[in-house]
Amino acid sequence: MPEISVKNETLNCILDRYKRDRGQLISILQDIQAEYNYLPREAVKFVSSELGIPLSQVYSVATFFKAFSLQPRGRHTIHVCMGTACHVRGAAQILQQMENETKTCCGETTKDGKFTLESVNCVGACALGPVVVVDGEYAGQMTVNKVKPLLEKYD
Amino acid sequence: MEELQKKRSRIMDSRPDVSTIAVCCGTGCQAFGGEKVAQAFREKIAESGLQNSVAIKTTGCHGFCERGLLVVIRPQNIFYQRVRLEDVDEIFNETVINGKIIERLLYITPDGSSKITSEEEVPFYKKQMRLIFGANGNIDPAEIDDYIAIGGYSAIAKVLSSMKPEQVIEEVSAAGLRGRGGGGFPAATKWKSTREAEGEPKYVICNCDEGDPGAFMDRSLMEGNPHSILEGMIIGAYASGSNTGFIYIRNEYPLAVKNAEIAIRQAEEYGLLGENILGSGFNFSVHINRGGGAFVCGESTALMASIEGKVGEPRAKYVHTSERGLYDRPTVLNNVETWANVPLIINRGSAWFASICTENSKGTKIFSLVGKINNTGLVEVPMGITLREIIYEIGGGIPDGKRFKAVLTGGPSGGCIPENLLDLPVDFDELTRVGSMMGSGAMIVMDEDNCMVDIARYFLKFLEEESCGKCVPCREGLKRMRQILDDICEGKGEESHLELLEEMSAAIGDGALCGLGQTAPNPVLTTLKYFRDEYISHIVDKKCPAGVCKALISYHIVNENCTSCRLCVKKCPVGAIEFVDKKIPVVIHQDLCTKCGACKETCKFNAVEIR
Repeated sequence: MPEISVKNETLNCILDRYKRDRGQLISILQDIQAEYNYLPREAVKFVSSELGIPLSQVYSVATFFKAFSLQPRGRHTIHVCMGTACHVRGAAQILQQMENETKTCCGETTKDGKFTLESVNCVGACALGPVVVVDGEYAGQMTVNKVKPLLEKYD
Repeated sequence: MEELQKKRSRIMDSRPDVSTIAVCCGTGCQAFGGEKVAQAFREKIAESGLQNSVAIKTTGCHGFCERGLLVVIRPQNIFYQRVRLEDVDEIFNETVINGKIIERLLYITPDGSSKITSEEEVPFYKKQMRLIFGANGNIDPAEIDDYIAIGGYSAIAKVLSSMKPEQVIEEVSAAGLRGRGGGGFPAATKWKSTREAEGEPKYVICNCDEGDPGAFMDRSLMEGNPHSILEGMIIGAYASGSNTGFIYIRNEYPLAVKNAEIAIRQAEEYGLLGENILGSGFNFSVHINRGGGAFVCGESTALMASIEGKVGEPRAKYVHTSERGLYDRPTVLNNVETWANVPLIINRGSAWFASICTENSKGTKIFSLVGKINNTGLVEVPMGITLREIIYEIGGGIPDGKRFKAVLTGGPSGGCIPENLLDLPVDFDELTRVGSMMGSGAMIVMDEDNCMVDIARYFLKFLEEESCGKCVPCREGLKRMRQILDDICEGKGEESHLELLEEMSAAIGDGALCGLGQTAPNPVLTTLKYFRDEYISHIVDKKCPAGVCKALISYHIVNENCTSCRLCVKKCPVGAIEFVDKKIPVVIHQDLCTKCGACKETCKFNAVEIR
């Protein structure tokens, strides 16, 4: 997917929200990610120069935390929970079926830009396991056979 | 202080005895439409013009997530479970207006013998001691008045009006409060050394980076009763001499962030946070930091680095964080549940708190009881209760008549406890003694269908991914251990591998920099200790007794059960199942089969088996 263009006003607005405090780098990156659904290359460079933090350091933070993505994401984000409670109830099979149905690998985006498939280490809804979260909506007690009908709800 | 008392009286007076419909809107129940159900009740109340006699309350998690969505009608405490949107009309018309009980929504005991009407009689709740968690079902987390009405913030008033910081530390120390986040370090000791440490300003931190997979009690407390945590933090700050606090919340918990933000704003409006709290001259403000999805940030020094906007790497703790922590200043860090215990100790006294106990573990502990267990959910129990009581009496045993195999406590740092140790009393020291640990309180129950080698591999893979990469034993050692376990799971293991695993475990335990690495070998060591025969089966017989490890299993049709209904043929994603003819069993082509399990899940006649 192509990189999108970023607006300096938007980024300045986010930086001002945190009073351009270097200590708030993670929160700033989170807000940028919320705005664009990923961290565009230009935005990372902009933050680096505006806050006076070396680009290498911003990059290390952006790649250390799982919440950040340097690649554009699909219209819908699927999180398959791989927490222990979900694992003992067969989460690995759910993930495999998700990969089959979306024809993409975990961590990647479908060619048509519809879905980004990711695993997460626990969403804290263990009683509902195995759990899949699509765009923040929880689908609990998943089975291999429920995967396809779930995906069909999204366009 | 008097004003707070007056405020409480005013709140109580303004709340005549009305019927209350409490709808659980914790994350579990939200998945069943909690908010929509609450909205439907609101509309029914408005339609019928009963605003003055019926109130609706959207509460935090009640704990019994397995039975969501939960609705409780008070004051009768009628407990409805598995409520759906279409039940709202009936509940409102029959129960709220006419006082009739709807039998089909009641909880039925697993043996089907009796239906239970009131919340406290349900076996799941009956054996619990819900000191910290019980308020969740009675208050709306977005309403500070609800918290004040149940006596909230009275501990603050007591502390600020009549206790010196040293006395507060003394009281918490006498209560024997140990950290609920995993380590079990005495809370008062941290407060004391921070108070005595040189350097200003001092900080207090609430650790809500609940990364332990399978644990969600901190989430439910932060979502359901954020004021109790704030109150604990204010008391801790006063005792340790701090004026600034941080709540570090996991990125995966958006509702917890939202409710904590609302709580802070309301507490500020009421003069319970900010400058000159309750006219005492004590100042304290709290900020929220969101995590970035890194398990290691639950470790105190990594968490502090993350608050500073840096990569979440731990540092060696030659100097304790209570002396040099956040921004190199003295810092107290406690877990959500620990903070929530503090107001209770102040209000009811250390002697009372210390009476709920075993010798070195005081008070209650919240566990998330998950995995292969009938009553999944959050349970709060007194220390010293046995694993058997938790699993069989509260948890209702193992579903589908399967056999219990192990319970895992302490998450990736903990261990698997076998059946013959089920009478173990649960406290910090006993769990450590058998090779596991308390951890943050995840309790994952496993049955005969779970492979212990696979579980050990699962945790190593988890920790390998979550290792920050700073120190070699953890970064390289866990990877090598995981590769060995991969080999064992794929039938390529050798007997000498077991010794090698034990040797590497010892080296990583000794050599790793932080708790993540030091405790990482625990799941491997405990499974080797208690379930060695399963490792031997994988290595010598090339078999996975539980039928989990894909390389060692295959799916087969049980010919006498197969009705050739073709359901599995349709479901198979790779077309590996062939329909031959009516009345002739279908055939699985092993060369095509990807072992996804869709056929076994689909079959209604038990005609697919794993060998």
